[in-house]
Amino acid sequence: MMDLPTLLQILDSTIRLGTPLLLACLAGLFSERAGIFDIGLEGKMLAAAFLSAAVAFVTGSVWLGLVAGIVASLLMSAIHGLASITFRGNQLISGVAINFLASGLTVLLGQYWFALGGRTPSLEGAARFAPITLPFAEELRGVPVLGPVYRELISGHTALVYVALLAVPASWWLLYRTRFGLRLRAVGENPAAVDTAGVSVVGIRYAAVAICGLLTGLAGAYLACSLSAGFVKEMTAGRGYIALAALIFAKWRPWQALGATMLFGLLEAVANRYQSLNLWGLPLPVQFMQALPYILTVIILAGFVGKAIPPRAGGQPYVKER
Amino acid sequence: MAERQAQGRPEAAALPPAIELRGISKAFGPVQANGDISVRVARGTIHGIVGENGAGKSTLMSILYGFYRADAGEILIGGRPTPIPDSQSAIRAGIGMVFQHFKLVPNFTVLENVVLGAEEGALLRPSLARARRELTRLAEDYELDVDPDALVEDLSVGHQQRVEILKALYRQADILILDEPTGVLTPAEADHLFRILKGLKAQGKTIVLITHKLREIMEITDEVSVMRRGEMVATVRTEATSPEALAELMVGRKVLLRVDKAPAAPGRTVLEIEDLRVRDGHGVERLKGVSLTLRAGEILGIAGVAGNGQSELLELLGGIAQGTGRVRLNGTELDLSGRGCNGRARRAAGIAHVPEDRQHLGMILDFAAWENVAFGYQDAPEYRAGRFFMDNDALRAECEGKMARFDVRPPLPALAGKNFSGGNQQKLIVAREIERNPDLLLIGQPTRGVDIGAIEFIHKQIVALRDAGKAILLVSVELDEIMSLSDRIAVMFDGRIMGLRDPARTDERELGLMMAGMDGTRGAA
Repeated sequence: MMDLPTLLQILDSTIRLGTPLLLACLAGLFSERAGIFDIGLEGKMLAAAFLSAAVAFVTGSVWLGLVAGIVASLLMSAIHGLASITFRGNQLISGVAINFLASGLTVLLGQYWFALGGRTPSLEGAARFAPITLPFAEELRGVPVLGPVYRELISGHTALVYVALLAVPASWWLLYRTRFGLRLRAVGENPAAVDTAGVSVVGIRYAAVAICGLLTGLAGAYLACSLSAGFVKEMTAGRGYIALAALIFAKWRPWQALGATMLFGLLEAVANRYQSLNLWGLPLPVQFMQALPYILTVIILAGFVGKAIPPRAGGQPYVKER
Repeated sequence: MAERQAQGRPEAAALPPAIELRGISKAFGPVQANGDISVRVARGTIHGIVGENGAGKSTLMSILYGFYRADAGEILIGGRPTPIPDSQSAIRAGIGMVFQHFKLVPNFTVLENVVLGAEEGALLRPSLARARRELTRLAEDYELDVDPDALVEDLSVGHQQRVEILKALYRQADILILDEPTGVLTPAEADHLFRILKGLKAQGKTIVLITHKLREIMEITDEVSVMRRGEMVATVRTEATSPEALAELMVGRKVLLRVDKAPAAPGRTVLEIEDLRVRDGHGVERLKGVSLTLRAGEILGIAGVAGNGQSELLELLGGIAQGTGRVRLNGTELDLSGRGCNGRARRAAGIAHVPEDRQHLGMILDFAAWENVAFGYQDAPEYRAGRFFMDNDALRAECEGKMARFDVRPPLPALAGKNFSGGNQQKLIVAREIERNPDLLLIGQPTRGVDIGAIEFIHKQIVALRDAGKAILLVSVELDEIMSLSDRIAVMFDGRIMGLRDPARTDERELGLMMAGMDGTRGAA
């Protein structure tokens, strides 16, 4: 049986590893709920990770790095929006193109600027996000169970972790309690209904894509400046796709997105912790453990998690017709 | 002749009309959908707009609702010139529209659908609460009761339509446009809708009703405008007109194209149809029990206003749609709903099909003519070279032959389908189907969008096939074509056969009445 400190460590790293997935998943949620499929989450995160690390290193400020990461991601979003909303192109192709663009451009610029084979130099001090100790973390230390849970698990994360967790209720509220959310969801289901109601379909879709860019920007900056200390080539390692799988698992709903991404985070955390696991006499090699999140992705995408109905107008450019 | 009635009536001059259109024109490419249309709709009346499908009714109303911009003309609402560049302007001008295909979000509640786009403030809760109170009031005033918390996808079509009306009323529309509102409704639902519309009129709302059903026009409208081929041919007071007069205006009289043909010599029975029924995607019955027989060496023409079940009949016989009933071809039963219901099986059984929508079902526009000539028959042994390959040379030669025999211009097999004119596209398709020597030819709108010269040629080919002892089922909305080609005429209305006529012993007037559902086997409607 596992002891409490071990459990807390695993859960703690679940949160840390789940955070970029959660941000990317919510990003995809806004975009896809508005009818714009976004397979380019991966590329946007990668671009944001690179530019945030680069700017954070040069300026020494992680906050300027964060802004730069968001700008990079928003630029990618603008390309996707232009291709799929204004020019009514194929959203999958545009997304794939963004992934290629980010993958090539980050390494190219990285090599050109830093000559480290596509990496950025390691980030130190103020160029990384610092852990935040929540109030009373030390005072509660002595309290059994609650004290360690608060100190180890809840307190001591970087700012973006709390932003990501707060983004869940915020997204829910925005989608289900505001005029903007109603229109956004409607645009993803039947844009003609929004159009005939006198609301701009294009405007709502661009807004959704911009929110997507903002959130993937946060995710990318978190990867490079919080989870790691600098940019490494292809450092997103398929997280954009895992976030998409989680989005399907969550059936395009914010709270479920939290659960789905944290499940992926947990698998990753377990794999990191137990290099090889002996399960009732059956030895599981480390490779298997590391492959677990991807295996789960395949299972989810293959539809083993029940019927997931995507937004009805998803993937289709809106063309006015009677 | 088209009569253009003087527009202004003395009593209407006192109050500005709710809607006045002046010289509206709209073209889509070479097609003139609306040409110089002027009409006035008096406040507090129900104004019908009738015309066949494709007459330009929906285009006109889409211009009024800001969906399309007119190329020329002016819109006046309540006497004031009101440009309507988008739907928002139309809503601001007090116009509400109930589209033929509803613009609802299926997985939203009724309340959310009503509020969408008309929210007050950034938060939803106050808007939803207000809408709930408003819906309760509207439900009481106009018999418009719908559960505000029901999901739209769970509602019947009739209730969904009420949601559309509620949407318009919630936006305080004074003018309500309904596009073919009864097309998807059961008779009881339609009656309920008419009660709602009468209630709205009593409250001073102005209603424009677009339809091709004359019964509805006679029953509910105060005035009626008739459109034909993109033009407004007349506006008359409903009480001063009759279904006969309207039918005549709708169908129009055109130069009759004479077809030289010998009397038919019908032989054995080729096709027997019993009680055919087809439902569309909405679950509405489109074909309501059709029975017919067709003999060899005979052309049976199906007349009717478009949208009364003719398309469904052709599609079911052609294996494109599924349905119920019995069809026997040369005594052999055809599969109407199972795996044997497909175009390939039908061709194997001896049915050739020239579909109504030739550009979608008849050919692939981006493919070359010689490739189009193979469609449906691509497995024929003479087009194949070995087990896996097509014999493209044979196909090109075949295409050249067909082009010569059917006078297709230009005679270039490599030219893409879309680069031929409508008439030449049709000649290619007719050549493909006729030269397979079918026992039964299904042919829908054979000369729609086809130039005069090609019309004559295609008509001759149809008659020649008949004289070769084949059975032909002809569907056309052109009454002339039906009258001049058919050996017998069946009139369809509302998914049923209204009656059979001998073309020598009937006239356009009688057929026009039957097409409007006014006479025939079911008696006057």
